[in-house]
Amino acid sequence: MSPVENALVYDGMDWTNAAHSTGTSIMAAEFNGGVIIGADSRTTTGAYIANRVSDKLTKITDHIYCCRAGSAADTQAIADIVSYHLNFHGMELGEAPLVEVGASIFKELCYNYRDSLMAGILVAGWDKLKGGQIYSVPIGGMCVRQPVSIGGSGSSYVYGYVDANYKPDMSKDECIQFVTNTLALAMSRDGSSGGVIRLGIITEDGVERRVVTELPKFYED
Amino acid sequence: MSSVLCPEIPASGFSFENCRRNTLLETKGFAVPKATKTGTTIVGITYKDGVILGADTRATEDTTVADKNCEKIHYLAPNMYCCGAGTAADTEMTTQMISSQLELHKLYTNRVCRVATANQMLKQYLFRYQGYIGAALILGGVDVDGPHLYQIYPHGSSDQLPYVTMGSGSLAAMAVFEAGWKRDLEEEDGIKLVRDAIAAGVFNDLGSGSNIDVCIIRKGSTDL
Repeated sequence: MSPVENALVYDGMDWTNAAHSTGTSIMAAEFNGGVIIGADSRTTTGAYIANRVSDKLTKITDHIYCCRAGSAADTQAIADIVSYHLNFHGMELGEAPLVEVGASIFKELCYNYRDSLMAGILVAGWDKLKGGQIYSVPIGGMCVRQPVSIGGSGSSYVYGYVDANYKPDMSKDECIQFVTNTLALAMSRDGSSGGVIRLGIITEDGVERRVVTELPKFYED
Repeated sequence: MSSVLCPEIPASGFSFENCRRNTLLETKGFAVPKATKTGTTIVGITYKDGVILGADTRATEDTTVADKNCEKIHYLAPNMYCCGAGTAADTEMTTQMISSQLELHKLYTNRVCRVATANQMLKQYLFRYQGYIGAALILGGVDVDGPHLYQIYPHGSSDQLPYVTMGSGSLAAMAVFEAGWKRDLEEEDGIKLVRDAIAAGVFNDLGSGSNIDVCIIRKGSTDL
């Protein structure tokens, strides 16, 4: 794609062609009954907000979800492929697949195609072997289990907040508040994150989805 | 070592070697041949009983208007149409290809194709070519689950939304939708909103112009 050829006629396709959505705030945290996942709802193409109500929490199986950060095209394609493999594996196995297996398939794709992909993914879910689990699969294709994990450009602003406020074995409501607060803080400091907060509460019973439209307020001066 | 008896096995998958070479040549000052682009405004909305798609009709080659009345709303299936922005040839060939695959899919399954199926086929096709197929699409249609509207980018990402705009005039058109779109619009109000959105693109964006095409897809009938 060539740059703007003529100053008079702005070739608008330049930014439509550009890769999508690098700015994001996503997170996942374990609590006493499972995991809470959360994300902002902004998709950007350069400075333009292409979607202000996007859903970055993507279903893989009934008990496994992923939070997507990075190129929208890459992460959507990876999530579709993993979803296919994991559901096929679930049919052959005759029971719900493990979260660890899901994370491993994500890792395998992200590592093998690390030179052509831009994807930072959090895999979260519940299985009967290890309960609620979170695996972080960052850009190079590493895979590591963490009790709480954050991702996307907004995450750099809230590492300190997470370290200071996360406690293992929180109650469901306490953990929802913690995730909501963290994301609200990240979204207020990161220009490429924003919109509403989308949440997913994954427990043995399945997934409960919520939307937070009234964000908690902090120091605003 | 490669020889007639022991040939070198080429790597599987697509090779983007020439694309990399071309970008290098471009930086060294070799001009790229100009493709006919549709400096475009295309839009789509969902309303009470279906979807309405809209497009302008100008095709440009650099600053020259190449076609004053081109059709940017492409046929996919009887219950599905697709607006295309970007490289004119790419949007035309991509929609023709997927249209043919959808027809075969319909004959194979004996059912009306779902819009979600077309979306998945289009995004997988575009993702495979890593954005080199310059097709930015708005896919709209009605199936057993009701009306659906998707926007699909050249790199292969897609979003499902109640109202979408694409192309160089998309900012002007989106401003009209953000001000005027409501859930469960009547057909007449929907057509008016789509017309206003394209008109905003035609007046405020130099790449868009000429006439306005509108396509209405209801359950069981389509008007172009």
